[in-house]
Amino acid sequence: MSPAGHVTRTEAPLIHIADVHKSFGKVEVLKGVSLDVAKGEVICVIGPSGSGKSTLLRCINALVPIDRGSIVVDGQEVNDPRLDKLQLRRKVGMVFQQYNLFPHRTAIENVMMAPIHVLKQDRREVESRARRLIAKVRLEGKEDAYPGELSGGQQQRVAIARSLAMNPEIMLFDEVTAALDPETVKEVLVTIRELAEEGMTCAIVTHEMGFAREVADHVYFTDRGVIVEHGPPREFFAQAKDPRTRQFLSQIL
Amino acid sequence: MRAGPYGTTDLPVLLPFRPGARGAAEPAPGLGAAWGVALALVFALSAGIAEAQSDAGRPSTVATILKWTPLLAQGFALNILISFLAMAIGTAAGTVLGLCQISLLPPVRTGSWFMTQFFRNSPWLVLLFYCMLLLPFEVNVGGHIVPLPDWFKATVGLALPVMANVSELVRGAIRSIPFGQWEAADALAFSRRQILWMIILPQCVKRMTPPWMNLYAILTVATPLCSIVGVNEAMTLTGDALAAEARNELLVPMYAYLLLWFFLYCYPISRATVALEKRFAVK
Ligand SMILES: Nc1ncnc2c1ncn2[C@@H]1O[C@H](COP(=O)(O)OP(=O)(O)OP(=O)(O)O)[C@@H](O)[C@H]1O
Ligand SMILES: [Mg+2]
Repeated sequence: MSPAGHVTRTEAPLIHIADVHKSFGKVEVLKGVSLDVAKGEVICVIGPSGSGKSTLLRCINALVPIDRGSIVVDGQEVNDPRLDKLQLRRKVGMVFQQYNLFPHRTAIENVMMAPIHVLKQDRREVESRARRLIAKVRLEGKEDAYPGELSGGQQQRVAIARSLAMNPEIMLFDEVTAALDPETVKEVLVTIRELAEEGMTCAIVTHEMGFAREVADHVYFTDRGVIVEHGPPREFFAQAKDPRTRQFLSQIL
Repeated sequence: MRAGPYGTTDLPVLLPFRPGARGAAEPAPGLGAAWGVALALVFALSAGIAEAQSDAGRPSTVATILKWTPLLAQGFALNILISFLAMAIGTAAGTVLGLCQISLLPPVRTGSWFMTQFFRNSPWLVLLFYCMLLLPFEVNVGGHIVPLPDWFKATVGLALPVMANVSELVRGAIRSIPFGQWEAADALAFSRRQILWMIILPQCVKRMTPPWMNLYAILTVATPLCSIVGVNEAMTLTGDALAAEARNELLVPMYAYLLLWFFLYCYPISRATVALEKRFAVK
């Protein structure tokens, strides 16, 4: 079962998002989104295409600047011109739909690069950690393979290991299984579930409803830039109240 | 303009990435070999005709050409030296200029864009003349007077268009790297400088190598332009040899001989370029 029971909601949330607005040109993509994620909590964000899910995740690690509102990550205000972005991003790992591994580096080098060059950690230490992480995502023996020699699912697991190598406090997953063959989806989901069970704080955008139901402490449904409805997965999936949520769920389930 | 997997480009030198699409300056492999054979034939034929036209008692055409060969080789060595230096200077300066073209500072971006466009769209010969005229014949480097020989000024003149072409090459290659690479590196807290040098540029090198080699071949065949501004390279020396011989029937074979030299030097480079393109295309 999910670690929901261990989450004490009285602590200050690790991620606090309040009334966030974001426009690209004339298109308002986020229209006042608010949500909190407690330490160790796993949230899943679901919703139709174009509803602003990816944008929301990218705002959390300042890949996308917000227009209005507030995002506080571990006490740090993200919407602050003096924000140390690099400092923030060390705490927040992110995995993308398209893996985005560095194709000119082997799997283990992909994992090792950031700790060595960003965190300036000792190479040997990083290497042994990288080997452990690669084993953790079940890719022993693939250390020296180039991304082009790995399957999509394997690449995505290297990408997860690469993010974990920074020892982040939060992991963001943006539809990380959407580009994968159905057979390899599972291996990636298993990896994420293990992380969640170990207590990693996760924000997951996904279309895998079964996975969301199983892994999430809280599910959010977004549509056209607003959070329409949210709740613990059991309630959310069994008794959604809003007609838009119901319609979306009936289409996808 | 063509849109391809690397995005839209107006850069002829970037086109060779796609097998089947090649810069106009570069012959297809089969055609290139045919051109070489044709050249050799012209040379042999014209040498034969010259032989027939020669007055009896004069040294044979082939013997005359052989006699001048060491001098020609000396001139050709200068062509190669100029091509190496111009390529080195142009590549170094062009890389910097190309990076300036993607700078986050608008004035730097605009300035370098303008400079690139200016030098890319100027006739090489005009740039060459300008360098000969504007560069001093000696410079003062920390108290030392260093003379600037003509051939060096000409090298700088040729380096300018090379720089502009490399600048476009660098900019185009950087833009052809998927945005996800930047985003993933950003998310891992790499600085912009680190992203460029460790993640983006290493991927660019591979993409840039074939068009860069292509540019080198184009530069090499352009080096005889230096003869117009009085540099003693192979073209000038061929002219000198012909003047010394004062035999009209030698004109065609001598210049065909010179063409053959350039062909033998450049053709392997163009074959290697094609081979590299093919290898990179597979991956
Ligand atoms: N960098 C950008 N510039 C302009 N428009 C953008 C940009 N990024 C996203 N958008 C637009 O914002 C809207 C929301 O995009 P977003 O990627 O957040 O949606 P999403 O919910 O993740 O959709 P999907 O399920 O398809 O991934 C879309 O209309 C998209 O076209
Ligand atoms: Mg998305």
